[in-house]
Amino acid sequence: MNLKFSSLVSTAVAASVIMAATVPVQAADITGAGATFPFPIYSKWADAYKKETGNGLNYQSIGSGAGIKQIQAKTVTFGATDAPLTADDLKKSGLVQWPMVMGGIVPVVNLEGVKPGELVLDGSTLADIYLGKIKTWDDAAIKKLNASVKLPSTPITVVRRSDGSGTTFNFTDYLAKVSADWKAKPGVGTAVEWPVGVGAKGNDGVAGNVGQTKNSIGYVEYAYAKQNKLTHADMINAAGKRVSPTTPSFQAAAANADWANAPGYYQILTNQKGDGSWPITAATFILMYGEPADKAAATEALKFFGWAFDKGDKMAEELDYIPMPKPVVELIKKTWGSDIKSK
Amino acid sequence: MSIPMTQTGSDSAARARQLRSLKAGDTAFYWATRLAAYAVLLLLGGIIISLIIGAWPALKAYGVDFLTTQRWAPSAQPAPILGGLSPIYGTLVSSFIAMLIAVPVGLGIAIFLTELCPPALRRPIGMAVELLAGIPSIIYGMWGFFVLGPFLANTFQPWVIARCAGIPILQDIFAGPASNLSLFNASLILAIMVLPFITAIAKDVFETVPPVLKEAAYGIGCTTWEVVKNVVIPYTRVGVIGGVMLALGRALGETMAVTFVIGNSFKISESIFAPATTISSAIASEFAESDGLHQSGLILLGLLLFVLTFFVLSAARLMLMRLEIKAGK
Repeated sequence: MNLKFSSLVSTAVAASVIMAATVPVQAADITGAGATFPFPIYSKWADAYKKETGNGLNYQSIGSGAGIKQIQAKTVTFGATDAPLTADDLKKSGLVQWPMVMGGIVPVVNLEGVKPGELVLDGSTLADIYLGKIKTWDDAAIKKLNASVKLPSTPITVVRRSDGSGTTFNFTDYLAKVSADWKAKPGVGTAVEWPVGVGAKGNDGVAGNVGQTKNSIGYVEYAYAKQNKLTHADMINAAGKRVSPTTPSFQAAAANADWANAPGYYQILTNQKGDGSWPITAATFILMYGEPADKAAATEALKFFGWAFDKGDKMAEELDYIPMPKPVVELIKKTWGSDIKSK
Repeated sequence: MSIPMTQTGSDSAARARQLRSLKAGDTAFYWATRLAAYAVLLLLGGIIISLIIGAWPALKAYGVDFLTTQRWAPSAQPAPILGGLSPIYGTLVSSFIAMLIAVPVGLGIAIFLTELCPPALRRPIGMAVELLAGIPSIIYGMWGFFVLGPFLANTFQPWVIARCAGIPILQDIFAGPASNLSLFNASLILAIMVLPFITAIAKDVFETVPPVLKEAAYGIGCTTWEVVKNVVIPYTRVGVIGGVMLALGRALGETMAVTFVIGNSFKISESIFAPATTISSAIASEFAESDGLHQSGLILLGLLLFVLTFFVLSAARLMLMRLEIKAGK
């Protein structure tokens, strides 16, 4: 067989080789990999940091589990994960963990005529939708919560992640806390056995899918909902109050966390009490070795994180992330000093 | 006299040296090419062995049940429950539907190009088809996701679902709800992707039909359709099947475009408008976050795909070989 596109292929190969050769290699770049959830803010911080110091950050948003694997394989200076490692795991692997920034996970819907915040859901209804027990939008459970919203009788297209994900970990953790059925069957994890729905890759995949598909529901990190102009739903929180996904409601949930007494900063912020708490709030974590192989790189990375804690709050808020409270930052900086031998 | 003698002697010695160096160069060349060829065998063997080693824990844990279990629960407690039936089903069915669409269209293009096409159009159409093969698969995936998916879900699928309602069997195969991402969407994308393979090979083999056969057929008053049906296709049948098998091999293994549009759901549904998953898209989606038995299960899926593709490609080679022997006679 004589396919004439072989010359085309070789041209393409040559072009990509040339392109690879012209990309500048910078030795001072900090490397990290992991969660997709904080990717928008890490890249924003990285831009600003590069302008200020000339040092770049090469962050690959490949997913929390993959981030943990990369740091364990020591191919990166830091790993990032949404599902925190337990204190035991940290001790075993010699890793140091701290929370970097917090954010909210929001249910997003694509319903004709429904505007952001018009629809409200509670935990058990959301769980039943994801369990496939609630099949249509005009189900009695949804109607009861939304007397004033006109709901179609069409089937609900459920959208969820196809890849393993920290966002999924926090989302399923919440569903398991509010629904015994969810806890029993799909359970909690970065990848679970979804009873229904279509799988999309990454937060942006889910956002894109919900944007494309009429009568669909999905869950994404709030920044993705906002950037993609998706319709979010309000939630009924643990205190039985209706809350919207806003900075104050994420902050209210975060205020409950007792970081000082949590070994390895292990805290999961879903379903927190308090009238104003957004129920699906999550922190995202950084992992570094206590005794890093490349001490110079570790020092550079800590400089970046210190800079982000000191100067990055405003940027985080612009993207609807919640900066860590100042006392917690002081605590984290102390942890760096005592646990990471970077010099 | 002695001087010229020695001169001839040194001449022949120099010649011998030169010949030896040429021979050495030839031997080196022989070994270099031979090693390059062996490296491929070594690589192939290495890949098979590492796949088997990686898949071993899952093979031991699930055995033959892996082929018949539909449930895929990597986070089940205490141990993951993994069955490969739904990705295997998705791989085979999506490729089958793709071939169902691509074979008639691809052969149609090839017949038009070799038998009917005005010469001025032949090159542009031929090149357009070959350019299809040059488009990276991720582009097909994005197009399927942003353009084809919404069209199918909002226009095509509701129309088909409404037409098929109440007709036995059809109403199950084309059942709602309409979905952006579906087995059908993936099959369509695959069909477009393998089209150039089928067309290119079919065109090449159609050109091997001796003109005298066709002219004789036309001479006794055959229509073009009759010439194609009774002369061209029978003469090139084996080659066409070989080309189709090569295309099938590509369809079975295609990853990125399918991952974008198939919906990645580990569920076997009667409806082709429902989301499904394939072996390669399951691996692409889950491998990064997997470990232990889950990862081993994914590698086992990879091994199965390898075996499947290997058989399809061997069958294709065999048929093309038979064609060459026939053509040589």
